[in-house]
Amino acid sequence: MRTWTVADSPTMVAHQFDDATQQQESSMLGMWIFLATEIMFFGGLFASYTIYRTIHPAAFEAASRHLDIVLGALNTGVLLTSSLTMALAVRGAQLGKRHSTVAFLIATMLLGTGFLTTKGIEYFQKYTDHLVPGISFAFPGPHSRGAEMFFYLYFAMTGLHAIHMIAGIGVVGIMTKQMARGRFTPAYYTPLEVAGLYWHFVDIVWIFLFPLLYLIGSRA
Amino acid sequence: MTSHVPSVKLYLAVFVALLLLLALTVAANYMSLGRFNIVIALMIAIAKMFLVMLFFMHVRYSGRLIWIYVGVGFFWLGILLALTMSDFLTRGWPPFLGR
Repeated sequence: MRTWTVADSPTMVAHQFDDATQQQESSMLGMWIFLATEIMFFGGLFASYTIYRTIHPAAFEAASRHLDIVLGALNTGVLLTSSLTMALAVRGAQLGKRHSTVAFLIATMLLGTGFLTTKGIEYFQKYTDHLVPGISFAFPGPHSRGAEMFFYLYFAMTGLHAIHMIAGIGVVGIMTKQMARGRFTPAYYTPLEVAGLYWHFVDIVWIFLFPLLYLIGSRA
Repeated sequence: MTSHVPSVKLYLAVFVALLLLLALTVAANYMSLGRFNIVIALMIAIAKMFLVMLFFMHVRYSGRLIWIYVGVGFFWLGILLALTMSDFLTRGWPPFLGR
């Protein structure tokens, strides 16, 4: 069964819009409204983080030292690269380059999967180091309680981010399939551009998670 | 549909700038700057966010209406953080009342 899409209309404009530009701007605006709600979704966790870091500054710094800065920086680089490939994929669709767009979308998914794999390795290291609150947690010294709160927030924030990554890889997968089938043309590629906005948003969340979790205080 | 198509060169320049900022934020973490460590880390993160939003997310080429909605998202986040912290940080002020 195949549902009707705007790409089936001869003008590629659904009847409620004046023209293709207005239609595209409406989709972009809708996506930005959704992203504003996503900012608030993550905002609650960022607010909790701010409060508990204010209560336990020394414990947060001590706990942060147990995160692997090399893996964290590597993953940041991987995610920034995936944003580049996503931007180049949207550009390819704008110019009607089907093959390179599909290649860039596949590269984006591979980089996203690489990010999640590294994240999984880090989670496993936390488990073997007894740093997973509620399952296996031991943090000797005066900072036990504050460090436990740090790791609660670490798993909640990176976990919510990872769920967004998984959703993003799924969305990019659908876009890849549709691009390969020739659904998108330079005249109509809005779903791909909207998917790109989502991917970049998830990248921006990580841009803040990296310094807030891995780079507390100083390693000097 | 007419839409701005940024050049590959521009995207690569943004990407290189992002990687340089990443290297800078990691390097800054190995310097002892007291409370400026968090200030520098957040300023670099905000700079990276602006690069991604303006170029990769095409905000620079979008209309004013998009700018307003992007701004509103962060304005509401600002309300969340500012009002929460203004409550939390001022508990017990002034210290002599009700004690």
